[in-house]
Amino acid sequence: MSDDQSLLSRRKALKCMAFGGAGTLFALSGGVFTPIDLAMAASDKQSAAKLGKPLFVQISDTHIGFNKEANPDVAGSLTQTIDIVNGMYDQPALIIHTGDITHLSKPAEFDLAQQLFSRLRTTEMHTVPGEHDTSDAAVTEYFSRFGKASDNKGYYSFDHAGVHFIGLINVLQFKPGGLGTLGADQLDWVATDLKHRSSSTPIVVFAHMPLWTIYEPWGWGTGDSEQLMSQLRRFGSVTVLNGHIHQIVQKVEGNMTFHTARSTSYPQPVAGVGSGPGPLKVPADQLASMLGITSVSVVKHPSALTLNDTALA
Amino acid sequence: MVAASARLLVAALSVAILGGMGGSIAAAAESADPPKVMVKDFMFMPMSLTVKAGSTVTWVNMDDEPHTVVSNTQMFRSGALDTKETFSFKFTEPGTYHFTCSIHPRMVGTIVVQ
Repeated sequence: MSDDQSLLSRRKALKCMAFGGAGTLFALSGGVFTPIDLAMAASDKQSAAKLGKPLFVQISDTHIGFNKEANPDVAGSLTQTIDIVNGMYDQPALIIHTGDITHLSKPAEFDLAQQLFSRLRTTEMHTVPGEHDTSDAAVTEYFSRFGKASDNKGYYSFDHAGVHFIGLINVLQFKPGGLGTLGADQLDWVATDLKHRSSSTPIVVFAHMPLWTIYEPWGWGTGDSEQLMSQLRRFGSVTVLNGHIHQIVQKVEGNMTFHTARSTSYPQPVAGVGSGPGPLKVPADQLASMLGITSVSVVKHPSALTLNDTALA
Repeated sequence: MVAASARLLVAALSVAILGGMGGSIAAAAESADPPKVMVKDFMFMPMSLTVKAGSTVTWVNMDDEPHTVVSNTQMFRSGALDTKETFSFKFTEPGTYHFTCSIHPRMVGTIVVQ
């Protein structure tokens, strides 16, 4: 590789990192993200008005129960996150949690998480489980608390403000050595759910593990996601939101925008760096900048969704 | 700490290697050390372990990240094992038993029961 090429790729990498930094706004127009400088909306009424009404805030990977060096106080980080959401000028209508609520699926961890969530001014919260929420031997702790919306199946849909939301589960049927799986039953249900919907309906799909392959050796993807994407391609605006990898990665494909959220608990290494996707230890003064939330707003028309990533610091 | 786990790993590997060569030598190795699978750096070590019928295998999580031990046939399933937590299962019938970590499904291992 020539020096020119490596300089170019380094510059490109730095540019990408800048997009992932605190307070960058992503305006979604016709399926294309446009990064815009953001004067943080939480405290600034004029900026908040320009951003439109926040439709929902995505919180992910809270990992309540984690207590290792990478972040000994995940409850404190979640409290900070909740303060940011509660401090927004316009309260979002919904909260979406994209999984790994807890670290070890223990009842006490779920109880603490629910106790912390009860401080949110926005009370309507929709969840999907992560693999850390379904790691109890009987796989009952998550569903006994959050299973009602999906009749304990883990997948469900609802409508809000003209947007059709679909919550999916891809952490139950792992193929050994492989990626997450949606499974035939769930894919059939999606087909039925979308069948009579107009292609102009904006769609938001959320699931824990990425619904596109980011890094197969670490299982950062969903094996049968193409069967889902083929059903979504006819829609004019599709936003796919995931967690799992504790960092922002984005992709635009036609009218579909894919986005993974930061965690509120601890960062993870970028794909392929180190022995595996475990907690990444960073200096304490850098931690907050690597944790955060995503807020999604409606600008003028529901088909124009805006994604805005906010770090804790 | 590193030396201790490396020794355990060597012991476990010798069980696997010797197990393939002859039952009597493997039995000697087993009686010296109960069969263990170390879970470290997102891997089961050894990936394949041969034991005699009636042996109890113990998995030990050495990572900062939780792992599980889940049989591909639902024969056994641990809950999430935090750092240094263990899970044990007694294999009574000869056969080949595959398992995975449900949190990190690329982690796979095999217990061969003779």
